[in-house]
Amino acid sequence: MKILVMVKQVPDTATQVKIGSDGKQIDTTGITWIVSPYDEFAVEEALRIKEKRGQGEVVAVSLGPDRAKEALRSTLAMGCDRAIHVNDPALAAADTLTAARALAAVVKQEAPQLVLCGRQAIDDDMGAVGVQLAEVLGWPCASWIMEEVVDADAKSVRVGRQVEGGLEVFELPLPAVLSAQKGMNEPRYPTLKGIMGAKKKEIKDVKAADLGLASTTSELSVTALEALPPRPPGRVIPGETKDAVKELVRALREDAKAI
Amino acid sequence: MAGALWCVVEDDRKGMPKKVMAEVIGEAARLGGPVEAVWLTDKATDEGLQQLAAWGAGKVWLLENAGLAPYRGEVWVSPVAELAATASPRAILAPVTSRQREFMARLAARLGVGLSADSVGLALNGDALVATRPVYAGKLLSKVTWARQPWMATLRPNVFKPADAQAGKSAQVERPSLTIPAAQMTFVERREEASTGLPELTEAEIVLSGGRGMKGPENYVILEELGGVIGAAVGASRAAVDAGWRPHRFQIGQTGRTISPKLYMGFGVSGAIQHLAGMRTSKVIVAVNKDPEAPIFKIADYGIVADLFEVVPELTKEFKRLLEK
Repeated sequence: MKILVMVKQVPDTATQVKIGSDGKQIDTTGITWIVSPYDEFAVEEALRIKEKRGQGEVVAVSLGPDRAKEALRSTLAMGCDRAIHVNDPALAAADTLTAARALAAVVKQEAPQLVLCGRQAIDDDMGAVGVQLAEVLGWPCASWIMEEVVDADAKSVRVGRQVEGGLEVFELPLPAVLSAQKGMNEPRYPTLKGIMGAKKKEIKDVKAADLGLASTTSELSVTALEALPPRPPGRVIPGETKDAVKELVRALREDAKAI
Repeated sequence: MAGALWCVVEDDRKGMPKKVMAEVIGEAARLGGPVEAVWLTDKATDEGLQQLAAWGAGKVWLLENAGLAPYRGEVWVSPVAELAATASPRAILAPVTSRQREFMARLAARLGVGLSADSVGLALNGDALVATRPVYAGKLLSKVTWARQPWMATLRPNVFKPADAQAGKSAQVERPSLTIPAAQMTFVERREEASTGLPELTEAEIVLSGGRGMKGPENYVILEELGGVIGAAVGASRAAVDAGWRPHRFQIGQTGRTISPKLYMGFGVSGAIQHLAGMRTSKVIVAVNKDPEAPIFKIADYGIVADLFEVVPELTKEFKRLLEK
């Protein structure tokens, strides 16, 4: 069974991001880049499916600039078999739909039985590309999944998707798109052997023209990035715990009217 | 006439719209209306329709069909896209919930338009709509705009001012005849979480959060007790979730839930950058931590430097006392 995993390179969660000189993008100086954490769950799950079945191929796909190769390289070190890098300046300002269309073109060329992605990339936090990819392909999609079981014939997959108040279990015919929620697995660390082996694995470069995209114009565009408005200064309530709690409750009710 | 602003209804799956719809409808009215609700359900109720009217929906497009429940994006998208093609709304809005987040993205792809997910502000700028949305889990705000209509956006709960319900208002109910496609995916079962009896994290007006200072999973019971008294949800920091003390669905922060309650109270939460990112848009922030240097105090409106195991029971006692009065 062939599985494609969509990964995005994002700034590390501990990074303090700053606005760049154009006012629309972040300043990338000094940023530590990682594979978006939800995408790591997707990679891990894809590798587990392959291992459980004892055969198959896991292909990592990323849309991004040159540096995205590092993200692909780390998925290869985790165990993906090869990678595809959609790397084209024409897609630099791609919105979710443009990205989904580009990735759908890759999916059509590769014809996998399953596409896995993270529930959202932790940079723009849209959480839209996976399901939009499914829509462009006309495939079913289950988002925020916590568990999956692919049937023996690789004809269908049973998934549990996290919803308010519980888990909804669905069965989807393959091919399908699934997006991974945190908690579905514990992603492995690459072994030294994996890291060495990754250097020999193929990362194929793909341009927009190779994908036959009709247009790369975005439907949604960023006009500006802004810093958060500062919060008003707060106060630490002094005194014995009992008195401090009384004063806190009074302040919450009478001053802040928060409760 | 300009097209309507559609509000896609999130309901309780028992025929009543959720309270968060007052915020979506209120915002649609503020943007100039006309406000129309689009409700996909297997069973609507008269009370539900009246509720939408009372909040200010002048029209309800009621898509009532057994095939629409449980929610499946691939099924919902067809009738709504078909309706949008003839009714030409100028905007389609929905609250951020697990199904609306997915559905709206799928619909945007079907319609070939942009989607601003998890918006915290919408403003008209001449003929354009500009949305404000947190990015990098709320470390920055991004302004986005659309190339064409309908403008599609999901709205973060607890941020937009809810419409006041006005009794006696009525809405025109339209039941369009639309094709509901057969589903590719089939529903197997729903597994309910063991209910804590407390509100859902992203919808709650008050959220209590326990961090590493909670010392272990067994101690969350004191937060749940306080939550029970004041009607608060109980969440956790990533440190607590990664330690296995709480399931991931309770995590607040960059790789968990992003919340904007009226009141956030952190207990033993240090305030790591990725946690602050997930809760700093809360209206009032309270921090309780033994360490006066904990970063969370920098963004807190009120702080108490003390042992949470002394503070929490006192808080519970004080609120109980006030409620009994």
